Amino acid sequence: MSLLSIRNLNIRFRTGDDYVHAVNDVSFDIAKGQKLAVVGESGSGKSQIAMAIMGLLAPNAEASGEVLYEGQNLLALSQSQLNRIRARDISIIFQDPMSSLNPYMRIERQLGEVVVQHEGLSRRDARKRALEVMEAVQIPDARNRLTAYPHEFSGGMRQRIVIAMALICKPKLILADEPTTALDVTVQAQIMTLLDDIQRDLNTAVMLITHDLGVVAGFCEDTLVLYGGRVMEEAPTLDLFDGPGHPYTRGLLRAVPNISDATATLAAIPGSPPNQTRPPVACPFAPRCVDVRDACLEALPDLTGSRQKRACIRPVEELT
Amino acid sequence: MSIAKKQMNAAPYAEAAAADMVTSRSFWADARGRFLKNRMAVVSVLMLVLLVLFAIFGHTIARWSYEEIDWTILGKVKTEGGPTLANGHFFGVDELGRDLYARVVQGSRTSLLVGFVAGTASVLLGSVIGASAGYFGGRFDQLVMGAYTIWISIPYIIFFVVWKAFFGRSLTQMILVIVLVNWTAGLLIVRGQVMMLKNREFVDAARMLGMSDFTIIFKHLMPNILWVIVIYTSIVIPEIIMMESLVSFLGVGIQEPNTSWGALISEGARTMTFGTLWQLAFPAAFFVVAQVSLYYIGDGLRDALDPKDR
Amino acid sequence: MTAPILSVKDLKVTFAIHQGKRWPWSPARSLHAVNGVSFDLSQGKTLGIVGESGCGKSTLIRAIAGLVPPSEGQVWLDGAAIDYNNRRDMQTLRRRMQMIFQDPIASLNPRMTIRDIVAEPLIYFRPEMSAADRRNATRDMLDRVGIPERNFNRFPHEFSGGQCQRIGIARALVSAPQILLCDEPVSALDVSTQAQVINLLKDLQAEMGLTLVFVAHDLGVIRHISDDVLVMYMGGVMEKAPASHVVDAPRHPYSQALLSAVPVPDPRVKTTPQVLNGDLPSPIDLPPGCLFQSRCPKRIDACRNVRPALLGSANRQVACLLEDV
Repeated sequence: MSLLSIRNLNIRFRTGDDYVHAVNDVSFDIAKGQKLAVVGESGSGKSQIAMAIMGLLAPNAEASGEVLYEGQNLLALSQSQLNRIRARDISIIFQDPMSSLNPYMRIERQLGEVVVQHEGLSRRDARKRALEVMEAVQIPDARNRLTAYPHEFSGGMRQRIVIAMALICKPKLILADEPTTALDVTVQAQIMTLLDDIQRDLNTAVMLITHDLGVVAGFCEDTLVLYGGRVMEEAPTLDLFDGPGHPYTRGLLRAVPNISDATATLAAIPGSPPNQTRPPVACPFAPRCVDVRDACLEALPDLTGSRQKRACIRPVEELT
Repeated sequence: MSIAKKQMNAAPYAEAAAADMVTSRSFWADARGRFLKNRMAVVSVLMLVLLVLFAIFGHTIARWSYEEIDWTILGKVKTEGGPTLANGHFFGVDELGRDLYARVVQGSRTSLLVGFVAGTASVLLGSVIGASAGYFGGRFDQLVMGAYTIWISIPYIIFFVVWKAFFGRSLTQMILVIVLVNWTAGLLIVRGQVMMLKNREFVDAARMLGMSDFTIIFKHLMPNILWVIVIYTSIVIPEIIMMESLVSFLGVGIQEPNTSWGALISEGARTMTFGTLWQLAFPAAFFVVAQVSLYYIGDGLRDALDPKDR
Repeated sequence: MTAPILSVKDLKVTFAIHQGKRWPWSPARSLHAVNGVSFDLSQGKTLGIVGESGCGKSTLIRAIAGLVPPSEGQVWLDGAAIDYNNRRDMQTLRRRMQMIFQDPIASLNPRMTIRDIVAEPLIYFRPEMSAADRRNATRDMLDRVGIPERNFNRFPHEFSGGQCQRIGIARALVSAPQILLCDEPVSALDVSTQAQVINLLKDLQAEMGLTLVFVAHDLGVIRHISDDVLVMYMGGVMEKAPASHVVDAPRHPYSQALLSAVPVPDPRVKTTPQVLNGDLPSPIDLPPGCLFQSRCPKRIDACRNVRPALLGSANRQVACLLEDV
């Protein structure tokens, strides 16, 4: 059975008299210990899915569908029930480490608070646990830095602390929302290696939300591609990179400037991101697609296939 | 038909393309639309317009001037000085037998004039100082902020008392002293806005065109903070009417026989215990209506202009 | 070789830090953002400047543009030395050198229509132009960057990030400058729009004979657009070489570490990022020796005391003591 199962999730935001349809009929599963990448550009709804799982959607959001965690629908739970799951079973790592850290609280307290609250540990045991996770995320001189404040750490170290915080209750699922986007490449490499090691040690499931295909290639077994709030393709990462089954995935892979191959012009995807003020009635990528057919503009394509699922009415062989 | 054309014409995209053709409304046109949707604010604007019309043209139907004493009533104010149409004292007379209607018209004139002129002038003064301090920073900013800190820690009543002792208190002087006391109005908020905006890259782009600092402040920064200034002015005007009323109430305000809402309320309150309640009720009613309207207008402007979710 | 269109010699930028002073009149400390950068750039070429956040790459091009006062060093434009305090020099500089910025939306005044935004440089640099000519020139430029005319009366917030960056490019190029300074122009954009903007810049460069100085932290983008690359660290240049050399065979230990960390969008390639231990030095209190010594895996004793100069052939230069051996 899958650990997390998302069924027909729709999320829309009310802005004045309009709605923005951020997530449209998205379904996928994460198994225990699985590393799934959710890839998309800004506005694809990738972060909103994580927010819906955590119950952290903005007040003007309306979510429908099901987010089943071990069979429980998280969308239907009360705040206090959610709190228990949020602390123990699912944790989230945000892009900006400072947004998850309280600048006025010592690291030791911030880390220990959760276990004191939810596992009833004593302060002394909580400190011991905090030290353990600080060492697990390889913060040098952890013992002495427990009493430091967040601003005394560099950006990379802060993100390590946030990861430590996410790990302290040994969650079964970690949602990593662009965890390295704000960091330099050298630091990004360290953080991704760290996440990989920890994931292997604890057999935690990870949902990595990112726009960076390079990060995906190095980290996740499976990849889900979102565009305009809909799933375009879901496949094992290797298959997806070897033979992308959706024109959007193809375009995305060709548009990345590759350092080992500097061809004359990048294959840019023409056009602009979709207007999401109304729910999609046809393939949202159709207006930018080079392989578009009349049928693409008339109905929503289903997500079909077994190993490599794709939402495109055209057969793979016909794509350019 | 080409595929691109078909894409443009297909169901959901056709509408999006049609929307493309519309010339967009400017920020101000947009804000006007939002303001007009706010019923309370629109009603308040109407009320305020009526008040202003009253202040400008009210004297034409008065049968007495505001400084004339009706000797026939003097001494019998309590019994015969009440509001009546018979002798032309629509609002009754004051303690000295002067026509209260004419005095309320004159008081409205003074209060609204002081409020609008002094309010706008102080916010403009404060905004220019604040914008310069925020834009140039450094020593000048330190100096302004030092002066600000010292200034707001002095009770402003002192300035009115001192000014009155040295120069008198005509209408222009009243406005002048209020502007001087309130030079800090809008200073902090405009300074903060400018400090935030000056780091935006469109300011660098303007500097890349070789624009002077003066041009950048007035052409590129001011249009972006005008909304703050407008909202702030709408808050400052009722505050200044209140300030003027308070100093008049305390007796260091406008010179007799000229009057203002505050001065009238003060007189009315003094004689209230003698049973001449109308002397308090009429000026107080005008004052309250003005303040409430201005408050709702400010509220409406804030909702219409604040770009929080836009 | 032709004479360089832009020459920079030993440019330094320091900022006065007023925070944390004991008294308002205590002397300010200085932060060394750029520590002696030199390069020559020929007409029509692209210089890429790459480095991590805080390495001074943006400050460097802002100083060249005159947006930040350089504290030492000299800049030559077509062989003529620029005096950054001279109004006339600055007007010449800006006529010939324009800039595009990192945040596409913030770089456009939100209260102006895009037509007015793009027409503005013409008012300053071509005052002799008639209103009709200005209108035509604006339309042609916006048309060239792919903004349809029906959208000219719109405001910046109604466009996507990629479109805003195109408008920024139109504003920078409408007055036909020779040099375009690009301050991380694509780092805020999505992959698909990033490629559009890079392609547009390359096309415009070929059409107008532009010389580009392109700052980015993404080595893939830098590799794609640059002829030569400067690798910067803590305000100093670590390595200067043709883009292909920097990427295929980096020589400086920092360039090597940087390259090893770049994620490759290919799941079959296993990268082994080199881990840099040690802290970054404080830019307020720079070490006397090599700027990279605190994190360098190949540090020798001499690195502590000697700041290595950028040495090598005109084509390829490295600032590392190990290079002499």
